[in-house]
Amino acid sequence: MEMTGAQMVIEAMKLEGVDTVFGYPGGAIMNVYDELYKQNDFKHILTRHEQAAVHAAEGYARATGKVGVAFVTSGPGFTNAVTGLATAYMDSIPLVVISGQVPITLIGTDAFQEIDATGISRSCTKHNYLVRSAKELPHILKEAFYLANSGRPGPVHVDIPKDVTAELAKFEYPTHVEIPTYKPTTKGNVRQIKKAAEAICNAKRPVFYLGGGIIHSGSADLVREFVAATQIPAVETLMARGVLDHDDPLLLGMVGMHGSYQANMAMSEADLMIALGPRFDDRVTGKLSEFGKHAKIIHVDIDPSSIGKLVDVDYPIVGDLKEVLDVMIPKVKECVDPDKYQAWREILKRYNEIHPLTYEDSDKVLKPQWVIERVGQLLGDKAVISTDVGQHQMWTAQFYPFSFPRQFITSGGLGTMGFGFPAAMGVKRARPDMISVNFTGDGSILMNIQELVTAVESRLPVINIILNNHYLGMVRQWQTFFYDKRYAETDLSFQPDFVRLAEACGGIGYRVETKEEFDEALKDAVDKGVVAMIDVIVDRDENVLPMVPSGGTLYNMMLEYKD
Amino acid sequence: MMKVERRVISVIVQNEHSVLARITGLFAARGYNIEALTVAPIPDSNMSRLTIETKGNVRVIEQIIKQLHKLIPTFKVIEHEEMVEKEMVLMKFPINESLANIQALCEAYNGGIVNVSSQHIITMIADEPKRVKHFIEAAQRFHPVEIVRGGVVAMERE
Ligand SMILES: Cc1ncc(C[n+]2csc(CCOP(=O)(O)OP(=O)(O)O)c2C)c(N)n1
Repeated sequence: MEMTGAQMVIEAMKLEGVDTVFGYPGGAIMNVYDELYKQNDFKHILTRHEQAAVHAAEGYARATGKVGVAFVTSGPGFTNAVTGLATAYMDSIPLVVISGQVPITLIGTDAFQEIDATGISRSCTKHNYLVRSAKELPHILKEAFYLANSGRPGPVHVDIPKDVTAELAKFEYPTHVEIPTYKPTTKGNVRQIKKAAEAICNAKRPVFYLGGGIIHSGSADLVREFVAATQIPAVETLMARGVLDHDDPLLLGMVGMHGSYQANMAMSEADLMIALGPRFDDRVTGKLSEFGKHAKIIHVDIDPSSIGKLVDVDYPIVGDLKEVLDVMIPKVKECVDPDKYQAWREILKRYNEIHPLTYEDSDKVLKPQWVIERVGQLLGDKAVISTDVGQHQMWTAQFYPFSFPRQFITSGGLGTMGFGFPAAMGVKRARPDMISVNFTGDGSILMNIQELVTAVESRLPVINIILNNHYLGMVRQWQTFFYDKRYAETDLSFQPDFVRLAEACGGIGYRVETKEEFDEALKDAVDKGVVAMIDVIVDRDENVLPMVPSGGTLYNMMLEYKD
Repeated sequence: MMKVERRVISVIVQNEHSVLARITGLFAARGYNIEALTVAPIPDSNMSRLTIETKGNVRVIEQIIKQLHKLIPTFKVIEHEEMVEKEMVLMKFPINESLANIQALCEAYNGGIVNVSSQHIITMIADEPKRVKHFIEAAQRFHPVEIVRGGVVAMERE
């Protein structure tokens, strides 16, 4: 059947089972929007900024594992979307972002709203395409979805010139994809897996180092089984929060710069690290030469370039975690003696007793950690939790009782302020059954505050909880610790009235200074099911602890800060 | 510190839009070094072959290879200790230098005189990269006015 390029885009969405597209129109993509207008198969959500459209698509993808989709126009529309692409790229999130481009006949002439979009996106996408003719579109779109969500997932960008969206061509949508140059290895090498299993059974002080790849590959259940069967303690990276239930006695907490004492000590003293889908980020490893100094390392990852990039690995296993675990778990079960690690578990328990993850509560002023714990008590597993970036993000990772994978939605690799709110909208769209809560800072929320309008209009009741310390808190913390309290440009005492801002956009705002007020506000927001801003005035000077200073060693944590 | 080594890597890629930019972009973005780069289509195929001369320690070389592999249009990455390597060089000399001596020098390096005009002599040699270096040194005494190196091409021995 013949159709225009624009019609092909819409058809492809239907065939891919897309139910939501986030986006923002403009000249170069108008043909596509015109076709979108004529259909009722999927919903388009009009954000008020392209960056938010991509973050919302990310929120959708992170909450479900399905490909998130965004449409943007050429030039400024596309450049606004770049931060979203980069955020998704760093965290391996499957996205397809479609941008309009000036007509082929004008490419290269510095035409109105022309930018070398594929040139820009090349370094922050898994792959990208500049479409040359409508004939190519069906297979490019099919490939884009396939690439986004196979192997190591990631964002794919398709740039379509305006004349291509108007061009007629035959539409035959491929049923499967054959890219001769792209064959991700999914089955791990059996001999390596066997050796790794033996290493696990022979270890005295093994630790599971759980990473985001577990969530991407959908192997959290297998990991839970693995941990339970071996009784080996486990640490989680920021991206792996929720892989194990928060009350699993084998979970030592988060690892890295703001990890728990016991988690970081376990990594420092282990004789074997079983690394399942982490990427050895510098925020986790600290000083590389001291990282896992006493440990042999098993590293399973679908991306060969992740293995051995920073740290020498003794048992490299390239493959899909699910397939690898299917083979590895039975092999380990055959030889493992969970009792053997009893002494090791005791040591770690002792570490936790000496330095538990905690904070000093107060009657005079709300502590941000209390607020997070409280939301955990009141909403627990009924909520999906997003965050922005800063202290509030780390406290959320530390103190929220996560109980399932994809419950924690955060920008890990890029650390993008302005991510949380739009992502939480995407979460709400993907999981209408869940309460969507975004923990944010007074700095971060202003980076995509315009989305209040989108959320209200599109009925995406997100509860934004601003942990308002009147600072760019995380930067202020570094200034306190490492810059002699020279608070250069981090004081946010001057602020908008967040309550009235919320109201101006059709949502509800609450200002909260006591525990009772907080409980009431949260309950009211949940009951009403509206777009909410809870502006929580918290202790200005609270710090995220423990902390491993950048480039420091995991076993040398700052456990407290004394003025 | 790990030892820095010179390596020659061949990459077979699908001929598609901006594939060369993807490869050079990868080197630029990750701070890898390109000493020389040659590219040409492989006859009777939709593939091209790139030959990249680079430098780095073992970990860097390993990453370069893995990252090249990871690019979607990459079909194959070939990196052998033992490759037959050749590089071509064109060199221009003033006409008043000794034709016979230049001819003799070029012949020793697998080449000869390819053009003579009223002003200049142009020579061409094709040899192993190390010998090319020697040739360029030896040719200095004839006061070359211009040197164009072609970059390495390489082929596995087996
Ligand atoms: C887009 C962007 N710009 C700058 C930064 C650097 N940065 C990291 S945390 C932070 C402070 C965040 O302040 P706020 O949102 O108020 O959160 P808090 O740390 O106070 O919880 C800044 C500026 C960033 N991560 N992202």
